[in-house]
Amino acid sequence: MSTGTHTPRGRPAAGTAVTPPPTSSTTGARRVSNWARRAPLVPAFVFLFIATQLPFLTTIVISFTNWNALRPGERDFVGVDNYVEVFTNARLRESVWNTVVLTVVVVGVSLVLGMLIALLLDRKFFGRGAVRTMMIAPFLVVPIAAALLWKHALFNPSYGLLNGVLTWIWNLFGSQEPPQFEYLTVAPMISIQVALIWQWTPFMMLILLAGLQSKPGDAEEAARMDGASGWQIFRYLTFPHLRQYLELGGLLGAIYIVQNFDAVFTITSGALGTANLPYTIYQTFFQAGQYGLASAMGVVVVIGTIIIATFALRVVSTMFKEEGAR
Amino acid sequence: MSTTATEVRPSAGHVPTSRRERRARELHRGNPLWGLLAWVVGLLFVAPVLWMVLTSFHSETDAATNPPSIAADLTLDGYRSFFAAGPWPPLINSMSASIVSTILVLLLAIPAAYALSIRPVKRWTDVMFFFLSTKFMPIVAAVLPLYLFARYAGLLDNITYLALLYTAMNLPIAVWMMRSFLAEVPVEMLEAASIDGAGLIRTLRSVVAPVAVPGIAATALICFIFSWNELLLARTLTAVVAQTSPVFLTGFVTSQGLFLAQLCAAATVVSLPVLVAGFAAQDKLVQGLSLGAVK
Repeated sequence: MSTGTHTPRGRPAAGTAVTPPPTSSTTGARRVSNWARRAPLVPAFVFLFIATQLPFLTTIVISFTNWNALRPGERDFVGVDNYVEVFTNARLRESVWNTVVLTVVVVGVSLVLGMLIALLLDRKFFGRGAVRTMMIAPFLVVPIAAALLWKHALFNPSYGLLNGVLTWIWNLFGSQEPPQFEYLTVAPMISIQVALIWQWTPFMMLILLAGLQSKPGDAEEAARMDGASGWQIFRYLTFPHLRQYLELGGLLGAIYIVQNFDAVFTITSGALGTANLPYTIYQTFFQAGQYGLASAMGVVVVIGTIIIATFALRVVSTMFKEEGAR
Repeated sequence: MSTTATEVRPSAGHVPTSRRERRARELHRGNPLWGLLAWVVGLLFVAPVLWMVLTSFHSETDAATNPPSIAADLTLDGYRSFFAAGPWPPLINSMSASIVSTILVLLLAIPAAYALSIRPVKRWTDVMFFFLSTKFMPIVAAVLPLYLFARYAGLLDNITYLALLYTAMNLPIAVWMMRSFLAEVPVEMLEAASIDGAGLIRTLRSVVAPVAVPGIAATALICFIFSWNELLLARTLTAVVAQTSPVFLTGFVTSQGLFLAQLCAAATVVSLPVLVAGFAAQDKLVQGLSLGAVK
């Protein structure tokens, strides 16, 4: 990354002096030039600082108080009490766990499915463009609409499409007693996961397909001529090339699934042990009015995401390096 | 670094034919069964969407049968009930919040990306990571202060406040995307332009714009989609006047009796702008979703 600091990307930008000698007269000029460079950055930086950092700092402060909207009189500093509550209260621990499970399952399954489908779509076949367009559709349905669609039009036990198709298939074979499932009561968590996997697999597929199509074909051709099997080509050529795209997809997916609110809120309303942290925080704020406790939970989510972030920074650093080497 | 900027990668739409042909030859051969499998998978994924659209054109009684009545008569009743429920104010709110925030994002992100790529500040990677790190904070961790501030400043149920927050939500993504596009601007040409005495405006127009405009389009598409889809902030901060379409959708289910057809009509109408924009600009969508890493 050293190339990216002083003379970025190894070349001076147009019209600026290259490394002026550190005499007093040029130092002033360089300072002006530095500020001229920074100026276009300032509005975005300031705006983002005000809109994201200040609220979060406020959240941290509130998290150390016992502020409760239902008891407006008292608002005292209570130390880490709220944090102790987050980790000892069984309901809150469960929502921490649910967040982890939801994120890992949805991101993991979407990545694997997305990769398999991307490999399928990387081959030439009749109607490839049409299939790609069909695959993208789930990602373009507004998330809240998708959640409502799954809850009412697909999972509904009496007239949902899933049970409807079962009835239809069983009738086809002359049976009048098709199996019918109460998806949302029997497997609420899996139902949420299925709906989210349906939306996120296309996202992963798109990124991985673009990755596959940026792959130079020469090496693969050579390997094939040398008699390498399809699996060997995948294992030693395709997969290493796809790796950074898998990491990118996984990272972006994780950022969004950790925060997921729409699906949990709509499909189960957090019932039957499916509440994740964003949903629980929302409830703690706006139904229970426990501002202090909810803020502590918010801080815990941020710390959790920072753990993903540390991993993420490594991924994007490699991307910068590759760009520098280009 | 000898090859810097000499090889400007062709953008997705303009792959040279020779390369495309070579690629076509590589994509072999082979078993038509894989093609068939791809079709089956594609149809499985699109089926819920098609079902949503089909159900939206059914009558409420036909929409709620088991087994499903696929060939039932088509009707616009679902859409009539949806539009009778007063969806225009929320739709217009969503549209204006999304458009205003997208424009603001571009106005802030493009200069910032310029200062991170074409004339980069020192330690520009650190600045990039600051921008990205703000995305690691889930919105839910900031929603209480945003709510309290709005209540204090009289900004609850105010669409401008929501648009500003959407700007903050999308700005980091936009900066990342725009930087990766502007990094493709050929610097030799910038130098040549400055030697020729071209002013800033002319340089921007003739050297930077051809590379930047496709990037701006991809960035705008993604920012629009994310703002249009947002639910948590809208639900927390708006009520009646500034209600957006996702919030309207959540309140739409409470109606009594059969409602599946009108729900599907509502979901179809609300998703329509995103579906149209996304299908029309599939390549831009991929570029945008990968933060510009895939071109």
